[in-house]
Amino acid sequence: MSLKSIFRTVSNSRSYLLRYKSLGASFSNYRSIVPLSTNIPNLKEEKVKLTFVLYDGKRIETEAKVGDTLLDVVVNNNLNIEGYGACEGTLTCSTCHVILKQEDFDRLPEEASDEERDMLDLAYGLTDTSRLGCQITMTKDLDGLEVQVPETINDARS
Amino acid sequence: MNRTHLKTMIRMLSSVPVVPRVSIIGAGAAGFYAAMHLSKNVANIQIDLLEKLPVPFGLIRYGVAPDHPEVKNVINQFTKVAQHPNVNFYGNVTLGKDVSLNQLRQHYDAVLLCYGADEDKALGIENEDAQNIIAARNFVGWYNGFPNDKDLKVDLSGHTMAILGQGNVALDVARILLSPIDELKKTDITEHALEIISESKVKEIYLIGRRGPLQVAFTIKELRELLKLKNCKTLWREQDFKGVSEIVGNLGRPRKRLTELMLKSLQEQNQEGFIADQGLKYFKPIFFRSPIKFLISDKKLSGIKLSCNKLVGDTFDDQRCVPNGEVEELDCSLALRSIGYKSIPVDKELIFTSYGTIANNKGIIIDNSCHSTDLGKLYVAGWLGTGPIGVILHTMGNAFQVAKVMCEDLKILNNSKPKGGFEEIRKIVTEKHNLIVDWHGWEKINRYEIEQGKMKGKPREKICTIQEMLEVAFR
Repeated sequence: MSLKSIFRTVSNSRSYLLRYKSLGASFSNYRSIVPLSTNIPNLKEEKVKLTFVLYDGKRIETEAKVGDTLLDVVVNNNLNIEGYGACEGTLTCSTCHVILKQEDFDRLPEEASDEERDMLDLAYGLTDTSRLGCQITMTKDLDGLEVQVPETINDARS
Repeated sequence: MNRTHLKTMIRMLSSVPVVPRVSIIGAGAAGFYAAMHLSKNVANIQIDLLEKLPVPFGLIRYGVAPDHPEVKNVINQFTKVAQHPNVNFYGNVTLGKDVSLNQLRQHYDAVLLCYGADEDKALGIENEDAQNIIAARNFVGWYNGFPNDKDLKVDLSGHTMAILGQGNVALDVARILLSPIDELKKTDITEHALEIISESKVKEIYLIGRRGPLQVAFTIKELRELLKLKNCKTLWREQDFKGVSEIVGNLGRPRKRLTELMLKSLQEQNQEGFIADQGLKYFKPIFFRSPIKFLISDKKLSGIKLSCNKLVGDTFDDQRCVPNGEVEELDCSLALRSIGYKSIPVDKELIFTSYGTIANNKGIIIDNSCHSTDLGKLYVAGWLGTGPIGVILHTMGNAFQVAKVMCEDLKILNNSKPKGGFEEIRKIVTEKHNLIVDWHGWEKINRYEIEQGKMKGKPREKICTIQEMLEVAFR
């Protein structure tokens, strides 16, 4: 994840240009100065809508950068989802468990790996359309995605 | 100063805000998760995390295996909690020694106990106290630098050893002893353990369970890791899996995937056949066996007498084992007992269940004594309340749940007498000693350990004595 963020910083052409041409003040117009010739940095900047629906019905609507995982989105946007992402995306916990709608689950480009399934097996409220948020990368296709964040406790146990 | 600021000032002066004071006993996962929830959800709250050791994080620091550094990433979240302006950490303060439960209740509105499960369960069989029979808990403490366990005598000169129990601790211990030493060198395993393990002669490890493959307590991730270990072969006993493949399809997903992984490994083993290789180590899980006596020669362990079991009961998850009358002997020169933990009573007022947990209802401690209502309410979270089961996620869920109950109670706090909090407790502790380690002190220890590790190419070299921890913290 750290490599990713280094790459992101290096490839962030917009902020570089803003600084270089001291155009920071005319921020409302900033899109116009993004060079048209580069495609990769440009794609990186694309944003899509994403909604987390908490177990108590509370909805957190947010913007996500294309290329970020759901965990990145929670961390970068400082979303108040308690305890989310304890192992920071290293596939050693299941605190970023989310439940998708069947059609969304089906259109995710990658299926869950054995290691992801191993962790999901420990999650409360596991469903057939469960995934770990750290393993779902936002794409343009996923614009408007809505995921459920199940409760992390099992009332029957304690 | 502008008008808004002035307004705020006036509002603050005109009414004294209620400061609910909470003390949390034990700065492990449960304590930090509870503090996380409370600090976010109760205005003006003052949370004091009291810890017996000078250092925080409990089993995240002393339980999680050194080759699982990713699991310890949660320390970053906990550090943020500790840096919250309303949260304080006070290390080297022991409940039952430096301060009593009653004193805490006098000076706090709520006291949350989450000091975990400090003791290991014993088998209660003949010769259990002989040399070379070690509690896995102490073994884990030894390689993880827990001060009490640093001088543990570990004799790895024998060829064969046995681990009694089939949970994740058992698998952790097996993996540490079966891993290539070069892998361990890169971790924060303690230097004293690394030295002994690098001289290890252990070639085969038996993992003994009293019930069958369908009842194992370890989780799939830990098993998969062992199966993938370099220069190590897992050998199952085919007869243990009789009838398992017929019912595997009917199991719930987690148990099904775990059982399928064992069956797949067994199948591969049958296809490959047995290859004797000097360079290989062997991991041998065996099922339906209970230890009934440790065999001793020359005061040292020489083997274990095992009773063979069969299962009775209808469904696999509540099947019990009963001896079928046969006995077996297994030669081994070291045995690690890993059959679970229990909590210790630190105060005579606490009522314990027969499982070694504090009796509670959703985290509220059942308190039969008729105390005056001035005393802070008692709660319990983590393994002290639930028993020593589950991974961090489960402790997190439990801690949030208990913290939620506490939030509701604290919101209707209507006692007229404000509590003194840690300022009062500090006076009491100072009568015993003047060495309370705050977060700043831990940060010094943390930096020192990382520096010491750097010199050896490790992420950290832990300080293994309380005295040295204190020296660094107060330097």
